[in-house]
Amino acid sequence: MQSVTRQDLLDTALEKLADGTVSHVLGWSRGTFDYEATPTLFSDPDTLRTAFVWNDFCGANLSKYLIKHTRRLEGRLLVFLKPCDTYSFNQLLTEHRFERERVFVVGVPCNGMADPRKLKAQADGILSVTAEGDTLSVETLYDGTRTLAVADLLEERCLTCKSRRHAAYDLLLGEEGEVQDSARFDEVAAIEAMSPDERFAFWQKELSRCIRCNACRDVCPACTCEQCVFGNPSSGVENKAASNEFEEKLFHIIRALHVAGRCTDCGECSRVCPQGIPLHLLNRKFIKEINENYGVYQAGAEVGTRAPLVDFTLDDPEAETVVRRGDDA
Amino acid sequence: MQVKEFKPLIVAFCCNWCSYAGADLAGNNRLNYPAEVKIIRVPCSCRVNPTFILRAFQRGADGVILCGCHPGDCHYTSGNYYTRRRMAMLFSMLDYLGIERERTRVEWVSAAEGAKFAATMNDFVQTVTALGENKRLEDLRCKA
Ligand code: SF4
Ligand code: SF4
Ligand code: FES
Repeated sequence: MQSVTRQDLLDTALEKLADGTVSHVLGWSRGTFDYEATPTLFSDPDTLRTAFVWNDFCGANLSKYLIKHTRRLEGRLLVFLKPCDTYSFNQLLTEHRFERERVFVVGVPCNGMADPRKLKAQADGILSVTAEGDTLSVETLYDGTRTLAVADLLEERCLTCKSRRHAAYDLLLGEEGEVQDSARFDEVAAIEAMSPDERFAFWQKELSRCIRCNACRDVCPACTCEQCVFGNPSSGVENKAASNEFEEKLFHIIRALHVAGRCTDCGECSRVCPQGIPLHLLNRKFIKEINENYGVYQAGAEVGTRAPLVDFTLDDPEAETVVRRGDDA
Repeated sequence: MQVKEFKPLIVAFCCNWCSYAGADLAGNNRLNYPAEVKIIRVPCSCRVNPTFILRAFQRGADGVILCGCHPGDCHYTSGNYYTRRRMAMLFSMLDYLGIERERTRVEWVSAAEGAKFAATMNDFVQTVTALGENKRLEDLRCKA
């Protein structure tokens, strides 16, 4: 269960709309099912009152939508950001994607979001989902009403949450949390410990499932180029034309490199991948390497910091040393 | 049946100001390095986008080496420092994906180091020959 209620968020949004602080509100509304919450822009209080949702399925990070809407609209936008979303927000500001003054950030605490995939794996034919304290009451077509603990349904990224403290806000609802000492690099270390052939097989199995829908790119707050190489038909990487081992990897290597040093580890890519590919394991590999070789760096912790790959020191380790380090282990 | 001897295709990106001149010097001094090495001249090692390296593999290279000025000597003062971080990241990702890391290398070769250039290329070609054909980074569409 979330520690602030829908009513708390709604009251804030209505108040800021009414007193003219903001002209629009960026929040979530119900998707096709109860376990889906879709990013939505609200401009009138009545729609907000009826359609706005805040529940255990509000995983979607709203920060990237600010680019589109600040360009399209006049006035100031209110946006609800969970702690991990605020890192993306700062990173977007660092990259000058929109102006800070155009946005009113309401920080909302987060106790972790539920993964619809995990929910669907546990309950077939879901008709409705209602939150009841720390559990969800799930009405199903075949199996009556089931009660499931939210704690058992948490998204992977929430199990290794890096921070419950907001990196930015104008107004904070509820209690502020702390930066977490999460075990988010353990899985990366486990892959590093495999033999090269095992690693190759592992990634082959994962990445060959990619259908090149580009959802991971579209959702990523670090992927904000207006023209993307993956949309260029003469780039040779724009679609999945050949199903050989290389083609399956190329897209992912390029994308991970493109966001290396700027990826805040928000986990949106893994959340939206329809094929369930653990994309965060690619991004975290880079974060881990950067932390170990160039000093600990968290993208989006502050505005205006220099990303590690557009920076250097005179005594950085050589590429050979960085890669060979694993041998001694 | 006769087995055709495997000759690797090596792409060497060389920065114009140091390594390319180093290759030239190797030639002037009549130092041998294998003909399998195809040099692509770039203005600075920093010009090499990681995608260039991936693309070389895609088009059939068996090994890719990037040569630039020694740290501190870059014609544009700091290009090779960026290269160093960028390539460290690219190589560690290839390694993470289980792709032989010996197929990629960065070497700093100055204009005065003709001998180092030749020795580096000889060594690299040997390493890649031992690894055999590039299978994990090939694109069948690009193969004749
Ligand atoms: S690569 Fe994934 S985790 Fe990183 S910023 Fe983009 S969506 Fe978030
Ligand atoms: S979201 Fe998943 S399936 Fe779609 S392009 Fe990204 S990795 Fe591939
Ligand atoms: S000019 Fe040689 S590395 Fe930059």
